Amino acid sequence: MADFLALHLGLPLAGATLLAIILKILVITVPLLIAMAMMTYMERKVLAAIQLRQGPILVGPFGLLQPFADGLKLLTKETIIPAGANRAVFLIAPMLTFIMALIAWAVIPFGEGLVLSDLNVGVLYLFAISSLGVYGIIMSGWASNSKYAFLGGLRSAAQMVSYEVSIGFVIITVLLCVGSLNLSDIVRAQSHVWFCIPLFPMFVVFFISALAETNRAPFDLPEGESELVGGFHTEYSAMTFALFFLGEYISMLLMSGMTSVLFLGGWQPFPFLGFIPGPLNLIIKILLLMFVFIWVRGTLPRYRYDQLMRLGWKVFLPFSLIWVILTAGFLVYFDKLPH
Amino acid sequence: MSSQVMSTELLSQYLPILIFVGIAAVIAAAMLFGSMLVAKQKPDSEKLSAYECGFEPFNDARSKFDVRFYLVAILFIIFDLEVAFLFPWAVSLGRIGLFGFWSMMAFLGILTIGFIYEWKKGALDWE
Repeated sequence: MADFLALHLGLPLAGATLLAIILKILVITVPLLIAMAMMTYMERKVLAAIQLRQGPILVGPFGLLQPFADGLKLLTKETIIPAGANRAVFLIAPMLTFIMALIAWAVIPFGEGLVLSDLNVGVLYLFAISSLGVYGIIMSGWASNSKYAFLGGLRSAAQMVSYEVSIGFVIITVLLCVGSLNLSDIVRAQSHVWFCIPLFPMFVVFFISALAETNRAPFDLPEGESELVGGFHTEYSAMTFALFFLGEYISMLLMSGMTSVLFLGGWQPFPFLGFIPGPLNLIIKILLLMFVFIWVRGTLPRYRYDQLMRLGWKVFLPFSLIWVILTAGFLVYFDKLPH
Repeated sequence: MSSQVMSTELLSQYLPILIFVGIAAVIAAAMLFGSMLVAKQKPDSEKLSAYECGFEPFNDARSKFDVRFYLVAILFIIFDLEVAFLFPWAVSLGRIGLFGFWSMMAFLGILTIGFIYEWKKGALDWE
């Protein structure tokens, strides 16, 4: 692509490379932001259908323009910075959440070679960036100088780090089967069988941990509105709130993308549906997982905090640890390890 | 020489990420400060006080909090480090063979003893 631009626009090669990178980033970012907007629409429609309501219908055909109307409304609202808040940290926190959710997409492979940066340590990068997301929440909870935000931020951080441990162990089981940290290699290794079949229990643990990691129902305690108002974003308004909202939905999409790449074969075609082009396969998988995210929210009641921590530390952690040992033992004993 | 070429090749993989961070930061800042410019800002002291269900805030929000959050953080560091050790082990297990496998099992065994101790001590209980 850089060569093509250099040839046709008469740019020097360095400039063309830079332009190509920027174009690629926009090709990821713009659809992602639109997808995120449509995600909020889908969530409201699916929840409405579950509760026998209609959901948004007034703005645009079938209410399709509702998310954009909401975005515009948030843009024209007053940004309130509480008098007791640490102003700089208060403003950096939502930006950090948004940036971390966005840049993780740099390593997600959309198809053979269709990836912004084909890092050889892609899994580590994803793991690191998704861990950094917790900083936005801690900072917002601290900087708001409000009791609800403080407690919500603490809870949220504790919850996220608890489930991150089991996510780590689950990723290890996948790595044992692949022998590479590169995400494209992980997808290629699933050309015969998707990892959700041999590693089915780990797939379930990963998906449930993803729900907890993104503070979604039934683990949405940090924003349990009946006790903590809005949790860590109680004091946020207008665009500062919108950035948290965007970040949260983009990290939900990211978690669905990670689940697809690690367990559902990424861009590999569905059985019997080989005619669908690669990137579309990944998009369909992400959409299906997003639907499950919303379905879970519409169906399950909220967990109590002690139940949440018990599930994370006393059930998922030992279970995934044992599964790591079993997988490694199995692969070593039957000499099935990738060399 | 070849190792130098390889390392620049490796580093060039991170250039798009660096640019991505920049672009994401610009988008975030544009949205945040654009809204501040577009929207009318009329702060007053009631509006700027911390939310507390309609009360005047009783006292400072930065008060004592449960020590168990601190325990969770420590446990997290231990287990996340363990995961960090497991990453290279999982990738290279095919090359290090049985010796590598049993070394890691010994390491995991020691950690499991620690985990059982924590469990028995009640560090994982929230009532």
